Amino acid sequence: MHIHLKFFASIRETMGSSGHAYETQSQTLGQLRDELVQAGGPAAQALGRDRVLRMALNQTLCEEGAALTPGAEIAFFPPVTGG
Amino acid sequence: MSQPPGFIQNAATARVRIQTARFDVSQEIAALQQNDPRIGAVCTFLGTVRDRNVHDASHAGSVQTLELEHYPGMTEKSIDAMIDEAHKRFDIYGVRVVHRVGMMHPTEPVVLVAAASAHRGESFKACEFVMDYLKTQAPFWKKEQGLEGAQWVDARVSDDAALARWGIHKPNA
Repeated sequence: MHIHLKFFASIRETMGSSGHAYETQSQTLGQLRDELVQAGGPAAQALGRDRVLRMALNQTLCEEGAALTPGAEIAFFPPVTGG
Repeated sequence: MSQPPGFIQNAATARVRIQTARFDVSQEIAALQQNDPRIGAVCTFLGTVRDRNVHDASHAGSVQTLELEHYPGMTEKSIDAMIDEAHKRFDIYGVRVVHRVGMMHPTEPVVLVAAASAHRGESFKACEFVMDYLKTQAPFWKKEQGLEGAQWVDARVSDDAALARWGIHKPNA
């Protein structure tokens, strides 16, 4: 399934990228996170299970069980700190 | 909330604006009021940049600049949904949110939330509700630059507790 990844703030810095297109085997957000971690590289640290992070699917905050859809925009970022 | 065809997002009509430039609170209040004579109360919250961080509250000057990053598109969409929720919960005529991004210095304004209602109670509540929601659910990230380098600001559990008071349990920190 073809999706688009986006990274923000400290996750963007660790990844060294603000995002890219990606071909995934995963069905859910949580599976995608694990898939990226297992692929290695900076994602192993940025998205690791020891990190508190939040995820958005098509610009809506979602839990790990949320189902991926073709062409979806998936964002990974740390807890938000605006205001 | 869907907008009518041909709706143009501009400074005079948009409920949510994200911008790098400073803003004028009086102009924003006037734009929210739009000379609506039903309005008898406008409550505003203005967040400004501090010169010290939460871990070092006694150390004046420990924060020299604050840089704000956001998720374009999602930020506007999420705050717009928060305003819709405020309209469901409170008897208000309108809400306006302006949030700055980019580089800022101590004392500069960061965020404005303004709510209008017939009497003060509803606008006080709506203003606090939108602010509590925004703090923990809108995709912004703060990075402080101080004497000892730059660091991302940590989310606070107390902000999750503030949102939980409204019956919304969406932990961020």
